[in-house]
Amino acid sequence: MERDDIIEYSLDAHHSEEEGKALRKKIVFVTILLATVTAIEVLLGVWWSSLHLPWTMVKLGFIGMTLLKAGYIVLVFMHLGDERKSLKWAILGPYMLFISYLIFICLTEAMKLYDLRHLFGWL
Amino acid sequence: MSGEASKTIPTSELWAGGRSPFSVSYGKMYMWFFLISDALTFGGLLTSLGFYKHKYADIWPASEKVFVHFPFCGETHLPLLYVALMTFILIVSSVTMVLAVEAGHRMNRSKVIFWLGLTVVGGFFFLFSQVWEWSHYIHGSELGALQLSDGQIAHWADEGKHAIILANGTALGAQESAPLIANAAEVFGANLHVNEYGTQLYANFFFFVTGFHGFHVFSGVVINLIILIMVIKGVCQKRGHYELVEKTGLYWHFVDLVWVFVFTFYYLL
Repeated sequence: MERDDIIEYSLDAHHSEEEGKALRKKIVFVTILLATVTAIEVLLGVWWSSLHLPWTMVKLGFIGMTLLKAGYIVLVFMHLGDERKSLKWAILGPYMLFISYLIFICLTEAMKLYDLRHLFGWL
Repeated sequence: MSGEASKTIPTSELWAGGRSPFSVSYGKMYMWFFLISDALTFGGLLTSLGFYKHKYADIWPASEKVFVHFPFCGETHLPLLYVALMTFILIVSSVTMVLAVEAGHRMNRSKVIFWLGLTVVGGFFFLFSQVWEWSHYIHGSELGALQLSDGQIAHWADEGKHAIILANGTALGAQESAPLIANAAEVFGANLHVNEYGTQLYANFFFFVTGFHGFHVFSGVVINLIILIMVIKGVCQKRGHYELVEKTGLYWHFVDLVWVFVFTFYYLL
């Protein structure tokens, strides 16, 4: 029996040769970007101490580059940027909320425990 | 990109029922929901890694000093280069996957088979790279390390094994080292009981995080392979769309995404 209560959205997920060409161009751009950022990360990871860069700055640089790569993967490769805004934020919003709280609480506790270790001479 | 999601539809109509307000099929939406839960699992793992890294900040090993080897190069010093190569392999296989999805949107079956086949090959390359890295990590270095009587790991300052460097970076002279060495045990390699690279948690996190990710890669390769066979048999062509490839693509990109974070938070920071 054919169901009329489900719209087959996938049947609409096609594009023309021209659109495909533009999309492939974008994919090549993102590929080069991801490879370049990874190369910079590795070089920085190896040389940051001999270049006398402050560790906090290097660390924030790594996190920034990682988020940049993640953004391109999620929005372009996973096509989340092409979905409806409501879906995009239904996925990203709750995740960002929970994970940023988890990171905040864990790192705060950990740094406190670090101080306690040294205060009482624990291993 | 064309498709239902890019059409302008008034909100009242979108949310009036009888259709998905997100304009996606249920399969794709549930893949996204699965990925969120999986991302929370990995987020929890990497956050707990961050927890112990900060708690033991003074004795945590520096990964650029642990991962310095490269296959077929003997005793070389190429810090992080092998991990970077693994990252690159995974990025490339992610690119071939997105090209397979793109070809699917044009209903180009032979191109889908080509790109999806390359993705499977890339996945196998990554898995074998990880096998090498694990075996190398478990096997350990020629020189080994020293586990002191209090459980701390110290490294040899010289090849002759006369002086040691403590976990917090303090280098001791031969005279100070001698009584410590006398009461210590030599350790080689790493497993869940000993770890020559430093604190035990460092090895535990290595095995658990890269192992859990590696298992995801393995299942991804299997799923990709099954869908490749389905595409070859013409299942997607008959259905009139290649959403199967799109859904397995979402999972595969997610695996790549996780590795990007593992690379930064385990190897670089």
